[in-house]
Amino acid sequence: MTKSPREIIDSSRKIGRRGLLLGGIQLGVITTLALKLRSMQVEHAEEFRTLADGNSIKVRLLPPARGLILDRNGFQIAGNEQNYRVTLTREDAGGDVKPVLQRLSKLIPISEVRMAELMEEFSKRSAVTPIILADRLSWEQFSAIAVNAPSLAGVTPESGLSRFYPRAGDLAHVVGYVGPVSDYDLSKIEEPDPVLKLPEFQLGKVGFEARMEDALRGTAGSRRVEVNSAGREMRELSRQEGEQGATVQMTLDARLQNYAAQRMGEESAAAVVIDVQTGDIVAISSSPSFDPNKFVRGISSTDYRELMDHDHRPLADKTVQGVYPPGSTFKMITLLAGLEAGVINAGSRFYCPGYTEVGGRRFHCWSRGGHGSVDAINSLSHSCDVYYYELAQKVGIDRIAAMARKLGVGVRHDLPMSAVAEGIAPDRAWKQARYGQNWQVGDSLNASIGQGYVLASPLQLAVMTARVATGKEVKPRLIRAIDGVPQPVPEFADLGLNPLHLRTARQGMDAVMNASTGTARRMRIIREDWRMAGKTGTSQVRNITAAERARGVVSNEQLPWNRRDHALFVCYAPYEMPRYAVSVVVEHGGGGGAIAAPVARDIMLFALAGGLPPLDAVPDEQRAAMEERHNAMHLLAPEAPRLTRA
Amino acid sequence: MSYLDYKVAQTPTGIRKILYLNWPLVFLILAVAGIGFIMLISVAGGRVDLWAEPQMYRFAVGMVIMIGLAFVPMWFWRGISVAAYVCCFLLLVGVEIAGEIGMGAQRWIDIGPIRLQPSELMKIALVLLLAAYYDWLPLKKVSRPLWVIIPVILILAPTALVLIQPDLGTSIMLVAGGGIVMFVAGVSLWYFGAVIGVAVALVYTVLKSRGTEWQLLKDYQFRRIDTFLDPYSDPLGAGYNIIQSQIALGSGGWSGRGFMQGTQSRLNFLPEKHTDFIFTVLAEEFGFIGAISLLILYSLILGFCLYSALSNRDRFASLITIGISATFFLYFAINMATVMGLLPAKGSPLPLVSYGGTSLMILMLGFGLVQSAHVHRPR
Repeated sequence: MTKSPREIIDSSRKIGRRGLLLGGIQLGVITTLALKLRSMQVEHAEEFRTLADGNSIKVRLLPPARGLILDRNGFQIAGNEQNYRVTLTREDAGGDVKPVLQRLSKLIPISEVRMAELMEEFSKRSAVTPIILADRLSWEQFSAIAVNAPSLAGVTPESGLSRFYPRAGDLAHVVGYVGPVSDYDLSKIEEPDPVLKLPEFQLGKVGFEARMEDALRGTAGSRRVEVNSAGREMRELSRQEGEQGATVQMTLDARLQNYAAQRMGEESAAAVVIDVQTGDIVAISSSPSFDPNKFVRGISSTDYRELMDHDHRPLADKTVQGVYPPGSTFKMITLLAGLEAGVINAGSRFYCPGYTEVGGRRFHCWSRGGHGSVDAINSLSHSCDVYYYELAQKVGIDRIAAMARKLGVGVRHDLPMSAVAEGIAPDRAWKQARYGQNWQVGDSLNASIGQGYVLASPLQLAVMTARVATGKEVKPRLIRAIDGVPQPVPEFADLGLNPLHLRTARQGMDAVMNASTGTARRMRIIREDWRMAGKTGTSQVRNITAAERARGVVSNEQLPWNRRDHALFVCYAPYEMPRYAVSVVVEHGGGGGAIAAPVARDIMLFALAGGLPPLDAVPDEQRAAMEERHNAMHLLAPEAPRLTRA
Repeated sequence: MSYLDYKVAQTPTGIRKILYLNWPLVFLILAVAGIGFIMLISVAGGRVDLWAEPQMYRFAVGMVIMIGLAFVPMWFWRGISVAAYVCCFLLLVGVEIAGEIGMGAQRWIDIGPIRLQPSELMKIALVLLLAAYYDWLPLKKVSRPLWVIIPVILILAPTALVLIQPDLGTSIMLVAGGGIVMFVAGVSLWYFGAVIGVAVALVYTVLKSRGTEWQLLKDYQFRRIDTFLDPYSDPLGAGYNIIQSQIALGSGGWSGRGFMQGTQSRLNFLPEKHTDFIFTVLAEEFGFIGAISLLILYSLILGFCLYSALSNRDRFASLITIGISATFFLYFAINMATVMGLLPAKGSPLPLVSYGGTSLMILMLGFGLVQSAHVHRPR
């Protein structure tokens, strides 16, 4: 078909009109697109920018490094160590964690029990909460996971700091330990610090760690990171480091603590050493102990069971939490109460026939034959019970209880430790409130020799000794400095006791150790400049019936361990210029003079000498045993590394 | 042949043809492709070898094809138009049968490094055949029903094959491309009014069919409609892409976050950021200025095509140029409207910019025809 030129021109015009119309329509569409662009990018840009930043920029908390805990010489008591771990977030794993866990179990061992635990935890926690799958990985395991991260959706290998206690069990009771934050912990805190919700965060659970949480925790840092839609971090935009918690220097001496722990060995015992001038607790040790690191890492149920089932109760802090009938160590309190009340003076004598009869009941002296005529000093050095029976009837329980409280027994000492016991300094009101009964004279007699209702913790006994030694209201303290700033040494108030009365009590305690008839003479310190004054105590944990007494008192060795007497000893030294007060309680140890006193003496000598007790400080016959004990110990070397900030 | 009427002797011959190319169009194509390379480097995080380099290679091949085709006389294209259409149609049937009998579901054929889908080739072949048809058809018959039904069948036959693949997007582009050629050829506007009326009724019926047993679209297609109407109804599912795209695009602001600084795109909030969502990356990193610049370049390409078509007195050449520029227009308009949330997500490339060979080759092929029409225009 051919076209005429006319037709060509016609069709050309036709295309032109429709072509222009099409061009107009296209222009209209393009204008619409341009207007939409302008609306989004110019008019609403800010909104979208906000959305975009919210989408891609997340603020992540940086857990602060926990403050260090040092001993008085700068030895590290609690520090932080690098910990490699992996966490898994359910949401990032695509909702189902099982396949990821199975793939991960090819890289690190995950037991079936652990797997079941994890599955349960995942079902309980929110999908966005990261859960720690494994902790304390070796570097090899950690890097294997990091390399395989792309195939392990939601798994994040992390390295962080974890609490570490280089002295293991030496200070476990006083320092306590940290652990992961539980839901229960969170429920107790109003408006909890968001850092507590980090899965790896460790919170002070017990002891000093728990009580000093605020100071040790530090402030969390933060970093702004860009995350992709899978939640994986792409890069860090800014980082504000957190502030490490305060470095807290305790009054404790790690070496003395170490020595005390070893000196007590496997005994169920407690020892407290107080600097009588400053109130510094230089050592406070409960035996047997446990390794707090196991709790930080999550103790296994077998280990835990073992600690719980141990009849020596390793988890209990016997120094402040344990309360015992103080026995004869209470006699200084009764004596001072009598002297202060004016019912006796130092020269007043009582006759001891071996017993006292009150209201038709016989109260026996520990010496069946009696001590004859006893004055104040001899009453302590012989530890005559009848003297105190007679004195108690004259002075009355209320004044004894008041003196006990004045000297620190039956009052709660404010120390940053867990479960600090108040003890009991009983009086009429207390018995009425507690039992709804009237106070009996017999109760006074028992209380006068630290039996009956009287209960005191080893800490209280050490404080009492320090107060008797100084006449001042010595207050124990555990914190020496925070962040290098020394805590002010308090000026202790005078107790207001007559110095002559105090001197009598001290002379009595000196006689216990150094008089030829003293009950603890064998445990004396023969170096004159370290001359020690002390008092033994043996407290019954059972009643001796008249029938038993008639058959003759059975010796401790014949009784089962948990029915034997507690052995107690309190002392201070040097006699003239008191520096340290020590109290030792050996649960069910037997006689205070034989069992508790040598432990207290050795600890005292270590404190005074600043190292292993010199053999020439003790009488000849004691030296061989002492040397043997020392050879068996593995002590913290004096040149052990000082710590730096971790 | 009627080309003798156009004083064919005056059309350039041999290598001299290169001087008569539509050079502004060539430079505009180069500029757009250049923007594409920059964006491909950006989404690859600065790596050239990942996407930009293969794309440059393909573009170079495309340029050679375009200029090569420009040298081929216009009458050759008219001569092969029927054959081209029939070939493409048979290929479409072929891949459909191959797909059916389980030789793999692939809908494309490999030609060396280039992968061509018959359905894409059909976009050009259809334009070619319709242009030839309306060049052949006397003008007064154009709006007669019989002569309207023929091109409608020519359009719907391949469209039906593409639709059962199923590829709704390409079907729509075939219908729209063919319709535009018919429109420009002068088919009465009443037909278009009627078709639009029927289309509206059909859309209504399709939407009504949802959930019934004669449901006309697949569930995922319905979901696309849902999320188009309200992307926030499923922000982490089907609406996710559109929301993320809008956020990225909007957050670009006036001048953008800068080259390789687009946080949204960089952080994989966007899927397919090197292909269908590359405009979003451009808009985020270069802002309104960058996005509108690309839109202006596209408009200029359209404008030069339109000018070339209008100034060409050969009806066949004009219709080819208009038809191909309309296909190009549909490509970029659909892509941009999609990423801006004006159209349901469909997955279409941004012409000359997105990574990928098919659309690039089809467009360069088409621009080759446009250049040929320009070079061989009657003088």
